[in-house]
Amino acid sequence: MEFGTFLWTTLGAVLTLAIFSFLYKDNPFYKFAEHLVVGVSAGYWAVILWHNGLVPNLLERLRDGDWYLGWLNSSKPWYLIPAILGLLMWTRFSKKYSWISRWPISMYIGIATGVAIPLEMSNRVNKQLYAAMSKIHWDNFFGHGFLDTAAAYSEIIIIIGTIAGLIYFFFSKAHTGAFGTIAKIGIYILMIGFGASFGLTVMARISLFIQRIQFMHEDWAVVAFEETNPNYGWFQFFFWLVGFIIIAYIARELYVYIKNRDKQMVKPS
Amino acid sequence: MRYILIIFSLILITFSAVIGQVDPVVTDSLAPVPAPPAPVTEVAVSDKANDHGHALIIEWKRSLDDGAGSNAVMLYEIFRSEFPDSAFKMVGSVPLGNERFEDIGTIEKESRDYIPDNTNLYYRVDAVTIDPVVRTSSEVYGPVQSYSNWFHKGRVPVLTAVLIFGALMVYFVSVARKGTELYVRPLAGIAAVDDAIGRATEMGRPILYILGLGTADMISTIASFTILSRVAKQVAEYQTELIVPCYDPIVMTVAQEVVKSSYLDAGHPDNYKEDSVFYITTNQFAYVAAVNGIMLRDLPATNVYMGKFYAESLILAETGAVAGSIQIAGTDEVGQLPFFIVACDYTLIGEELYAASAYLGREPIMLGSLKAQDYAKAAVIVLMILGLLAINVHLNAFIEIFKVVD
Repeated sequence: MEFGTFLWTTLGAVLTLAIFSFLYKDNPFYKFAEHLVVGVSAGYWAVILWHNGLVPNLLERLRDGDWYLGWLNSSKPWYLIPAILGLLMWTRFSKKYSWISRWPISMYIGIATGVAIPLEMSNRVNKQLYAAMSKIHWDNFFGHGFLDTAAAYSEIIIIIGTIAGLIYFFFSKAHTGAFGTIAKIGIYILMIGFGASFGLTVMARISLFIQRIQFMHEDWAVVAFEETNPNYGWFQFFFWLVGFIIIAYIARELYVYIKNRDKQMVKPS
Repeated sequence: MRYILIIFSLILITFSAVIGQVDPVVTDSLAPVPAPPAPVTEVAVSDKANDHGHALIIEWKRSLDDGAGSNAVMLYEIFRSEFPDSAFKMVGSVPLGNERFEDIGTIEKESRDYIPDNTNLYYRVDAVTIDPVVRTSSEVYGPVQSYSNWFHKGRVPVLTAVLIFGALMVYFVSVARKGTELYVRPLAGIAAVDDAIGRATEMGRPILYILGLGTADMISTIASFTILSRVAKQVAEYQTELIVPCYDPIVMTVAQEVVKSSYLDAGHPDNYKEDSVFYITTNQFAYVAAVNGIMLRDLPATNVYMGKFYAESLILAETGAVAGSIQIAGTDEVGQLPFFIVACDYTLIGEELYAASAYLGREPIMLGSLKAQDYAKAAVIVLMILGLLAINVHLNAFIEIFKVVD
């Protein structure tokens, strides 16, 4: 293992442990990892935004214009409009002119909503409605094995579930009587769906945890602990340094705990 | 003479040996050369319908040697030119058995894939054998032009639905404006917001409002702004502290405006703190790490999660539960709802999030739209049942009315 690889892998392992330490409680190790990841990601995002957003979508498109003419002579001068709207956002830094920043915001929200409405109607209403109008295969109900019959019943369950679920989301009518019963069936069906989704996602999360443990074990500990590792000395140094900091922190925590306990035990005379 | 014969024999032997050595090589290089395949026929090119232009559809009848005859065709290569007899450029290929290719270009003139609109174009299709040199070109088809369409005929059902829904909305908004009382059933999660703000005031601890990871153009984020407005107004009245850490800078800007307006409406503009709505980072788990830290350090009495949430939902909600906060969540992200239901005290499921903003706002526009939504849902149920009946009695034409073509 090269020294650079060793260093970054060790750092990754230490930061993993620092994040896991949150399971105990908020502590300086977690705070360090938190601030590091927030700072790095904010900086990283700014660079990404520059290279993937501003450069290809604005600067590249105005490149054939001249700056002293305000890029008005470029082949696509209309890209100056979003550029100006973007610049107007900077008026937020002025108390006097911050109201101007509402223009680009209103434009952004207005356009986005206008785009979203037909899209939502298409994807969440029309297409779902079309898909729900499926053929019920009545022949599947008879003369088949148990599982086949169960699969056939699923068509009926989907139809009833969809209608009951929709009725649950009626807001202008009280959920009472027969209407309330159907709405209750709807929420039960939703909850069954949520339960299945929960289990599935928890499994995925556990696999992520296993992946992290594998990183700690295979990518870091096994390689670093080997005496043949040319950076074994460095590893020992880091290991004992981190170990010492952790032990010192635990000792401090214990000291604070005992001190507070003694204070609580002192009864008023 | 004997020497001449010997020399002649040696020459013959050498020559035959050379032939013997060369022969297999020659055989290899002259491996069965496929015969040129039969050309594709009936090439037809048309503009791609219902699009923004810069795209054409090329169709043809397969070569007779594709899957039959000499079986030599391996693929078809499609060529385009602005001239009928020269400068053809390959624009794509499809494997044997295909009779269609969509030449979809871009609008960008600088791009290699640029296809000019309203310009004469010529196409030809080559039937190519395993040896790319051996091929047969079709007759050149053209001229043909691509152009953009103003109207997408495949989306007529969407337009109809939007118009019907819009009409319903206009009607119910006007009804609500006339003062007619429109009933909205109570939502437990929203009723709890008032109690939660009161609790925070009594405890002297802040309220943490998370707008999620959505951008400002998402419907759930827009609904969340309305709820934030209401929460901020009450917070201003009770003079409690509000913390709104944001994931997206635009969302932060809008949220600042919303909170500022709410403080103004509540009659306490001086109590508004610019720093109460702040940006953290646009990185999912870095954001989560920072919010978790806030939860455990500032110990908010109430955490409100409204908007678009992804994998961070459980991490946030679980940390909030550990910190002992009352938690109210709402999202239309179906995959994350189970986590909020498990870890929060109240959860607004899907559309309840949108209804909550109407319930809280009590404005005619909001209430009217909510009523219109209910009628639209009733229409969907009726149409669904009719569609089910229709398809089971083989009236397929009925359901085709609702089909959306992208």
